[in-house]
Amino acid sequence: MSKTILEIKNLHASVEDTKILKGLSLTINIGEKHTIMGPNGSGKSTLANVLAGNPSYTMNSGEIIFMGQNLNEMEPDIRACAGLFLAFQYPVELPGVRMWQFLKSSLDSIREYNGEKPLSTREFDNVLNEYAEKVGISSDFIKRNVNEGFSGGEKKRNEILQLSLLNPKLAILDETDSGLDIDALKVVSKGIDSFSSDENAVLLVTHYQRILDYVKPDFVHVMMDGNIVTSGDKTLALELEEKGYDWLTTK
Amino acid sequence: MKENNNVISRTTELESDNYKWGFDFKFNPDNAPIGLSEDIVKLISDKKNEPKWLLDWRLKSLKHWFKNQDNEPEWANIEFPKIDFQKIRYYSDPTSKSNPKSLDEVDPEMLAAFTKLGIPLEEQKKLSGVAVDAIMDSVSVATTYQKQLEDAGVIFCPISEAVHKYPELVQKYLGSVVPYSDNFYATLNSAVFTDGSFIYVPPGVRCPVELMTYFRINELDTGQFERTLIVADKGSYVSYLEGCTAPFRKNNQLHAAVVELVALEDAEIKYSTLQNWFPGDKNGEGGIYNFVTKRGKCQGKNSKISWTQVETGSAITWKYPSVILQGDNSVGEFYSVALVNNYQQADTGTKMIHIGKNTKSTIIAKGISAGKATNTYRGQVKVLPSAKNARNFTQCDSLLVGDQCGAHTIPYIEVKNPTAQLEHEATTSKVSDDQLFYTQQRGISLEDANYMIINGFCKGIFKELPFEFAIEASQLLRVSLEGTVG
Repeated sequence: MSKTILEIKNLHASVEDTKILKGLSLTINIGEKHTIMGPNGSGKSTLANVLAGNPSYTMNSGEIIFMGQNLNEMEPDIRACAGLFLAFQYPVELPGVRMWQFLKSSLDSIREYNGEKPLSTREFDNVLNEYAEKVGISSDFIKRNVNEGFSGGEKKRNEILQLSLLNPKLAILDETDSGLDIDALKVVSKGIDSFSSDENAVLLVTHYQRILDYVKPDFVHVMMDGNIVTSGDKTLALELEEKGYDWLTTK
Repeated sequence: MKENNNVISRTTELESDNYKWGFDFKFNPDNAPIGLSEDIVKLISDKKNEPKWLLDWRLKSLKHWFKNQDNEPEWANIEFPKIDFQKIRYYSDPTSKSNPKSLDEVDPEMLAAFTKLGIPLEEQKKLSGVAVDAIMDSVSVATTYQKQLEDAGVIFCPISEAVHKYPELVQKYLGSVVPYSDNFYATLNSAVFTDGSFIYVPPGVRCPVELMTYFRINELDTGQFERTLIVADKGSYVSYLEGCTAPFRKNNQLHAAVVELVALEDAEIKYSTLQNWFPGDKNGEGGIYNFVTKRGKCQGKNSKISWTQVETGSAITWKYPSVILQGDNSVGEFYSVALVNNYQQADTGTKMIHIGKNTKSTIIAKGISAGKATNTYRGQVKVLPSAKNARNFTQCDSLLVGDQCGAHTIPYIEVKNPTAQLEHEATTSKVSDDQLFYTQQRGISLEDANYMIINGFCKGIFKELPFEFAIEASQLLRVSLEGTVG
């Protein structure tokens, strides 16, 4: 069973006028967990943002096929509706916008795109409460404004809550583990783990090896200077932990 | 009965797809000739069969206005060609000669017109829990819920009717908060005001329903000069709403209203406005000049006046709903959302004049600018020597959508008593690309994301509105924002 969810071919992308991604290729099949590691500035976050369609990033050339569709022609909200989810490195505050309303609008919109009826308020509340509990989010959290005044850990849990609720085909997690204490890290890892199944795929962008103690990737890729320089399995991550990235540049 | 020849036509030359109330109705109105003179004022007074004292007051106002007609206020941050006051029609009565005494006698076409505007007046369809006074151009068309109000002793009727039925009350309070000589437009209004609502709530009565006036300018080249007077007697409470729309017109139309509120001891008046006059088209053509004087007086101890306004319409908005805090411990509040788009201009804010001891005022103003529009908050907080322990809290937030609009905040603060405590906060922010992208990444379209974020910005004000009005305000915001992103 190797149905392809994401296929990136020879991707070049830039931010303002700086070229960041330089011919990156990557294929992700259903049921797989991929991790991208690499030093700061190697282009990991750029890759995540380009995939999600952040308008601040420009795709210069190459091809991205997501679930058989050419991503480049799709608006960010359509990508999301088609099943691409990005957990943000820095989740954004939306003053005055209630969590409940935000999450309901989000789920309604995605369901509508996929030809499903919106959940009733009660059904939605049930689903929401169930996931909130799993992620360790109290119910009064739902009454607050989106990310407003949330601690770093709460913001990341919120991303995981949305991941569970929206149940995408591909979850891209952009350094979701950074800045977390060990307890929060466990909650986040558990969330990713319980999301992951043989019907979806995960692309975990991370700076540290430690989250891999909890989320077991099938593939580890190392990015340097805008490209994947080497790929392997979990043992590669351990090797990186031990030796750092320098040995790869001289390889 | 005339055949119902589908009263609606629509001007299509103007590019303003977003304004849904731009259709006009064809009535055969009884129009006064265009222009302003003593004869016109006498004609208006005569049409309304007014007592002499009122005609005299009008004529005194007119004289004062002519004397000062070159002194139009020029301090506001707005630009427009000089208005030729001789090219405006000061009276237009679409109900013509029918002069309805009750709802049954109202022209069915007129009822149909208001239903189309979302304000059904018929008994079986009327808005639940809201008594409506419907005003088309210069005349009040109908008032609903009369029976319930009568039982409670609440007077809610067109001011032209109140002049006859309750002359002492009208004479006592008319001009007591906004004198005829107050300012250029208030003076003009005092001379030519046509209709408006009058409300009196007797001592100790809590008005059982929301009271609402719906204003509609329909006739071409016609100005609307309504006058509203609300008196809340000791220990009473009333919540009043006003809504306004006008058709697409290539020419600008003038709306110069005066609203006076009087709250006696322990009384409370809550006044909410959804102002949605035609804002002009995308190129800045047409639209209403909304030059309005609104002022409340907390005359008695422990009284409270609260203004909530959502201003999305008009080519130009010039209004400063104010509170004179005369009674000790009285409270004044001003909650405002002012949204301008395309070429709209708004210079709006409030005045809080603290006179009594322990008086308290709160000002929360949210300005949203989009397109090429400019938005100015102008507010004054004045603490007189007598106002011991006066308190004010002011918060002005501006939100910019796009990079061709402007926002200004101009607070005036004048304190003459050292025990006063004033706080002023002001912020300016943009709907950020990060916010839009984050929301879009959750499957929400760019336009909805923009609306959601701006709606969030206004949340604190909308919650001050009666529930159904809050929903309408939110929808109005959405319509007014169409096409501002992407």
